[in-house]
Amino acid sequence: MKGLLKYVEKIKPNFEKGGKYQRWGAIFESFETFLFVPGHTAPRKGAHIRDAMDSKRLMSIVVLAVVPALLFGMWNVGYQYFLSIGTDVGFWQEFGHGLYRVLPIIIVSYVAGLGTEFVFVHIKQKEIEEGFLVSGILIPLIIPVDTPLWMVAIATIFAVIIGKEVFGGTGMNIVNPALLARAFLFFAYPSKMSGDKVWVSRLAEGNGVIDGYSGATPLGQAVENGANIVDPMGHKLSTFDYFIGWIPGSIGETSALMIFIGAALLLYTGVGSWKIMFSAFAGGAVMGLLLNTFASDTNPAMAIPFYDHLLLGGFAFGMVFMATDPVTAAQTEKGKWIYGFSAGFMAILVRVLNPAYPEGVMMAILLMNVLAPLIDHYVIRANVKKRLKRIKVAKIN
Amino acid sequence: MSKNSKLLTGPINLNNPITVQVLGICSALAVTVKLEPAIVMSISVIAVLALANVIISLLRNTIPSRIRIIVQLVVIAALVILVDQILKAYSPDVSKQLSVFVGLIITNCILMGRLEAFALGNKPWESFLDGIGNGSGYAIILIIVATVRELLGSGTLTLPAVGEIKVIPESFYQFGYENNGLMILPPMALIVVGIIIWVQRSKTRELIEEN
Repeated sequence: MKGLLKYVEKIKPNFEKGGKYQRWGAIFESFETFLFVPGHTAPRKGAHIRDAMDSKRLMSIVVLAVVPALLFGMWNVGYQYFLSIGTDVGFWQEFGHGLYRVLPIIIVSYVAGLGTEFVFVHIKQKEIEEGFLVSGILIPLIIPVDTPLWMVAIATIFAVIIGKEVFGGTGMNIVNPALLARAFLFFAYPSKMSGDKVWVSRLAEGNGVIDGYSGATPLGQAVENGANIVDPMGHKLSTFDYFIGWIPGSIGETSALMIFIGAALLLYTGVGSWKIMFSAFAGGAVMGLLLNTFASDTNPAMAIPFYDHLLLGGFAFGMVFMATDPVTAAQTEKGKWIYGFSAGFMAILVRVLNPAYPEGVMMAILLMNVLAPLIDHYVIRANVKKRLKRIKVAKIN
Repeated sequence: MSKNSKLLTGPINLNNPITVQVLGICSALAVTVKLEPAIVMSISVIAVLALANVIISLLRNTIPSRIRIIVQLVVIAALVILVDQILKAYSPDVSKQLSVFVGLIITNCILMGRLEAFALGNKPWESFLDGIGNGSGYAIILIIVATVRELLGSGTLTLPAVGEIKVIPESFYQFGYENNGLMILPPMALIVVGIIIWVQRSKTRELIEEN
């Protein structure tokens, strides 16, 4: 790292004003700040809080944190595909197929999103914001692999405009743009976002798919079979399988293990709030336990053990990467506990009790995004009340 | 611009009942899934609003101000029932699609708003123009929203007396195009109205608020 830093320092003058390559200054600067602490986060004069962390570094850490889930997701796409056509081709070919399917989605998501951002930069005449860096990688990870590319583009543009730009750009949005893109796809094109056919690469086309293969996700089966969930070949799945994540699902959401690796990075760097993550999982577990207690034959999904709920579907992914979004989450410390707990609680509630929306995580986080300012408001009011009381007590004495 | 023509054109842009005064939103959300009911609804509102404005304006000097709201309601209700019966008689299908919303014209804020704010203090001819103008302002937004929603949501446009026209060609669907299901849901009407307000405000200097 030191050598790299020295090299960057050495070539820096070339890119500054008057240097040989000053035309590329902006690009050099963005690479430099991606790698190292920028020297100019806050003005040196005046009473500012100075911190090496700026939004660009914050976002790059989140992007780094989703890389494990992304790589595993790519392999899993290939693995599920070759499973469905009944051939065993080995790790690299499986990964290759996944790369071939997932990379176009990522490119489309970034091109559409950044393109929209550039249009707004042009209209508003101000600097480009880094806000889309994270959304651009999150959108491909939370959709099924077979989503047509033009749908990804439309959903991304919709999310950037309606989710972010109308409110004033990065940092001003009320709901998480990536989740908004998914919600848009879910309601606009339900046939491509739900059911048994969309989760495995090219299953809907049906070429060479072996007999008796079913691409249903565990949550899709839970509506009918309860805790008795099988993999596409009919073998029973265990908690360990959910943890590793070799099951059908959205591209990046299946592997809890890889998501927890990302979560560790977020927590270590302090980018994601541990309060939100912890309380979200606690909320999910509490709701899962409640449902287990009242499990009946009318809704078999209620019988899924609560610890499986935390690993299945998009729960882990949503609570680690989406609920902790610092812009849309609650800002007060007490508010974070309430926000996280309610998000986890609602996610399992929607998922189990409304079979039409097996992905309750999306609904729950969007709902809590909208409620977050309200939570903050009441937390602050409560604090004000408490302190006012203290003044009164002091006066009497 | 003469005062009378201002009465007619003002509400279409600068003083639009939906996008500027934000009145009558509920029916704008409810009847805009297809174009035909939106057009019929627009015509009904224009007719009721113009006639009610004229009647109230004629009566304005005889209505005791304490009971004016009741008088206005009676006039509007009578006119709405008339429109409802005509629709039932001549186009029962559209009447079924509009269902309760024709009846709810009675509670449409635009009507009460115009009667209170304009007809009670102006002569019949001006009131008539004001009614036509505000009704048209409402109609334009309704028709824009309905066109967007039906085109993207169902791929068709339905016109009264012509019927359903398939606008998006079959070959699009073969290439994998799909209708946008979100457009048919009510929230999208709200978002489309929001976008219209956004575009209108950024285009019209007079509407930009200082803060």
